[in-house]
Amino acid sequence: MEQLKTIGRELAMGSQGGFGQSKEFLDLVKSIGEARSKAEEDRIVLSEIDILKRKLLEPDIPKRKMKEYIIRLVYIEMLGHDASFGYIHAVKMTHDDNLLLKRTGYLAVTLFLNEDHDLIILIVNTIQKDLRSDNYLVVCAALNAICRLINEETIPAVLPQVVDLLNHHKEAVRKKAIMALHRFHRKSPSSVSHLISNFRKRLCDNDPGVMGATLCPLFDLITEDVASYKDLVSSFVSILKQVTERRLPKSYDYHQMPAPFIQIKLLKIMALLGSGDKSASEIMYMVLGDLFRKCDSSTNIGNAILYECIRSISCIIPSPKLLEAAADAISKFLKSDSHNLKYMGIDGLGRLIKISPDIAEQHQLAVIDCLEDPDDTLKRKTFELLYKMTKSSNVEVIVDRMIDYMISINDNHYKTEIASRCVELAEQFAPSNQWFIQIMNKVFEHAGDLVNIKVAHNLMRLIAEGFGEDDDDADSKLRLSAVESYLQIMSEPKLPSLFLQVISWVLGEYGTADGKYSASYISGKLCDVADAYSSDETVKGYAVSALMKIYAFEIASGRKVDVLPECQSLIEELLASHSTDLQQRAYELQALLALDARAVESILPLDASCEDIEVDKDLSFLNGYIQQAIESGAQPYISERERSGMLETTDYHSQDHHEVPSHALRFEAYERPKPSSLRTQASTELVPVPEPSYYSEAHQPISTSSVSERESSEIKLRLDGVKQKWGRPSYQSSTSASSTPPQAANGTSSHPDVGVGSSSLKPRSSYESKKPEIDPEKQRLAASLFGGSSSSRSDRKSSSGGHKPAKGTASKPPKENPIPVQPPPDLLDFGEPTATSVTATDPFKELEGLMDSSSQDGGSTDVMGVLYSDAAPVTTTTSVDSLLSELSDSSKGNPGTYQSQTSKGPNSQEALEKDALVRQMGVNPTSQNPTLFKDLLG
Amino acid sequence: MKVTTRGSFPISYESLRVKQKVRGGVHHQGPNEIGVLGVSGIVKMIKAVMMMNTQGKPRLAKFYDFLVRCLPVEKQQELIRGVFSVLSSRPENVSNFLEIDSLFGPDSRLVYKHYATLYFVLVFDGSENELAMLDLIQVLVETLDKCFSNVCELDIVFNYSKMHTVLDEIVFGGQVLETRSDEIMKAVEEISKLEAASNSISLVPKSVSGWRGGR
Repeated sequence: MEQLKTIGRELAMGSQGGFGQSKEFLDLVKSIGEARSKAEEDRIVLSEIDILKRKLLEPDIPKRKMKEYIIRLVYIEMLGHDASFGYIHAVKMTHDDNLLLKRTGYLAVTLFLNEDHDLIILIVNTIQKDLRSDNYLVVCAALNAICRLINEETIPAVLPQVVDLLNHHKEAVRKKAIMALHRFHRKSPSSVSHLISNFRKRLCDNDPGVMGATLCPLFDLITEDVASYKDLVSSFVSILKQVTERRLPKSYDYHQMPAPFIQIKLLKIMALLGSGDKSASEIMYMVLGDLFRKCDSSTNIGNAILYECIRSISCIIPSPKLLEAAADAISKFLKSDSHNLKYMGIDGLGRLIKISPDIAEQHQLAVIDCLEDPDDTLKRKTFELLYKMTKSSNVEVIVDRMIDYMISINDNHYKTEIASRCVELAEQFAPSNQWFIQIMNKVFEHAGDLVNIKVAHNLMRLIAEGFGEDDDDADSKLRLSAVESYLQIMSEPKLPSLFLQVISWVLGEYGTADGKYSASYISGKLCDVADAYSSDETVKGYAVSALMKIYAFEIASGRKVDVLPECQSLIEELLASHSTDLQQRAYELQALLALDARAVESILPLDASCEDIEVDKDLSFLNGYIQQAIESGAQPYISERERSGMLETTDYHSQDHHEVPSHALRFEAYERPKPSSLRTQASTELVPVPEPSYYSEAHQPISTSSVSERESSEIKLRLDGVKQKWGRPSYQSSTSASSTPPQAANGTSSHPDVGVGSSSLKPRSSYESKKPEIDPEKQRLAASLFGGSSSSRSDRKSSSGGHKPAKGTASKPPKENPIPVQPPPDLLDFGEPTATSVTATDPFKELEGLMDSSSQDGGSTDVMGVLYSDAAPVTTTTSVDSLLSELSDSSKGNPGTYQSQTSKGPNSQEALEKDALVRQMGVNPTSQNPTLFKDLLG
Repeated sequence: MKVTTRGSFPISYESLRVKQKVRGGVHHQGPNEIGVLGVSGIVKMIKAVMMMNTQGKPRLAKFYDFLVRCLPVEKQQELIRGVFSVLSSRPENVSNFLEIDSLFGPDSRLVYKHYATLYFVLVFDGSENELAMLDLIQVLVETLDKCFSNVCELDIVFNYSKMHTVLDEIVFGGQVLETRSDEIMKAVEEISKLEAASNSISLVPKSVSGWRGGR
């Protein structure tokens, strides 16, 4: 029986009000309504889509049927299924002359398509035609479609007609034309910029509805440019006055309130115009005061207007009387039982509090009530208010409340927001360091994975630097309390990764600082962390670095380090890790454990995390020494590249080093291939005049990058470089990075050329051998090197003269000399110090030889300078970087930076030592240099 | 109040004016945590008008925000579902407002009203006044009530195009255009009359032309 009734009603609905829906549509709606699961619903819709696809393919579909299909398509899309296969039919339907069909077509099209859809272009013509229709309903339908379908490109096609419609005799059309223009303005302000005066004109329209519609675009325009609409202030005020005085026809009343939506819009505009403008604000006082008096606070819409008044008053420069009225209205809102009004009251309070901060006090209890309210929206609004009124006197209460709430909610979006607010307030108003740390701990503990990583870095920096006062005692207390709290929290399961990173870092840096906790205790804790979160590489990286620091401090203070067994096993595990970063850290830690106290201390000085590491890229501190050396007969430095001709590899490597610290990817164009091209090209060109000096010449263009003359040959030459580069990457990189020493040992045997080189000139062999990759080239080079040294000079001079403008810096070459010294630390990999000495001397000697035979060429020396500054500092930076910059988080610790070292794991100890030396040299160049050189040069 | 036949037919005939709490049988995923709209332009407008029944079935959805309209339908559906899951978790007797940044981008607000088996939802941004928007829903419902004399969910489902006609008179391109329900009614009636007229006039010729195979 029940069912029969239903069907009866169904049919009745279908036939009378339903615009002739068919049985199929009713069935569709019904079966979807009965679907018990989303899957079932999807199944029904998919089969419906199949049916429609089939039916739409049929020829000669009666229009009535087609209309129904389209309605069904719309319905399907509303349920979230793609109906794009039928879009074209909807587009076609807009062309129909039958109003019902046309409107159906427009409806479907406006729902289906957005402004950027390809099919829009097919509708523009119809819209144009319909805009000219005599039937204003057709015009309205077209204007409606315009609003949703016209994009920037099609605006000009309809713009003139829309402008004409601004003077249409029907106010409904005028209204919609205004809105369409407004739409154009939003889409592309420039397209209607010449028509803006029309909005002003329409403000004086006879029809209040049109006037009301004009307020929408004017609101936008005034937001963009307040100054040029100041003249309208009194017009708006008088309009509002007339509205409130019920001058509008009775039909504009809504719930006994005259045109409330127009009033609200006007109040919004007044807020814009009166903001920061005393005289404009004063004009508004009267009408605002009237509104407060007249508004009926028993209806919803009356309260809406009251609220809008409060909002306006908070924007303009208010009079005390108005403020009072606003405060009264707010307290009425807050005292109301309606949650909606309470919400508005809290919002209004938040706005007014900026102007008169003490206003909140009288509403304390109401605010607290809202905070306890079960309504989440109200609660959040109240937290927003609290956030706005936080001072150092109430920060503790407020932040505690916020954190409690944060813990209680599951909505990650809001959790993130409130967490960041807690952090912000805590940073800004923290009454004590301990409190601050506690709050941060809570935030990290409960929302650690949601807060920005910057927050963590800030916290670490804050702990490291203290709170700005130069009170070391307070700082160390802060650190101790942080360490204590972390040790306590660590035992809790499942801490967020970010929090663990902070904990590890702080423990590493300050865990043993006060002597309260032993190194083995802290390191045990760190091992536990690395163990418990073994899938989190970042945390592990932090933990290992922290271990390294702990041990370093132990070693540096002269205590004997007992590596815990679990620590040892952790290191061993990481030595074989797939993550190069972790591996690197493990190797570093291993190497560090074997160093003596002095070296360790210079690598990881105590509490130096916030000291800037200054990298003297020019190595100017060595100038004096070099000068001295040269004066006493030493040969100036010839850069490695120059010596070997392996431009591309060195260059590549240096670039690699350069890049790594800053970005992972390189976006500049390749400049590297140039050298190789030059070299090869040079070699072809210069073969007849082979010369050792040739190398330096080849460099010159590279470094200056003035390759224009040689550009023609570049393309084919580039290939050479590339090939070489990929040929034996690991070896190459290590060699180039590690300077020449190893070559002397292993390079010689592998190279035929070496024989030649060594026979004729011993020193050369070493760097000759360094370019094993470039066999054919090398031969040529060797030939050029050893063939006729004297003849090439003139050639080189001329060419170098061409490129090299900077001749003046004659003192530069000596300055650069130390370079060979610098790289070794990083590069020691294969070689013993003695080997280094060989190579180091080689270039000097060679250059000396060259210089003997020819007058020293300013250009060439300068080239070296350029080259050096390009390549050598890189190595220093990286080495210092990799070992000392603990601050950088693990992700930043570039695998690339470390790679060279990783590969030479066993020897990294030496690298560390050297590095320490280098650092010391930086501090005290004169005393240290000699030893260093002794060490290096044997 | 009209016959309630929820057992046999899924769409209720309850008059919307009779507020009744009916829930359950919801088959939807949890709240959509990540907003589908990462960033939304600062456009002052009504972003969406939605109607859905208490089971989460969309009955009408119209988006005005360009960014939402550019989304594929599935994403739009996700938004609707997200809104519903928030609404359905709201207790009784709380405010009708929601901040819905997580779904519609920063500074998005939502006002909803629960009538019988339907939720009426307006999504807008900070430039609008929540209380006024609540009244806009009231305007819409009052107008529909006049249109269908005692409107119920079924009217809305089966009079899809008329629903849109009404809505288009009230909200135009994301802005409030008209709030006088009498005025809206007049416009809608005129359209209906004309449509009916054009339909009956075209009935004969249309069928003839239809037979001739033209289109």
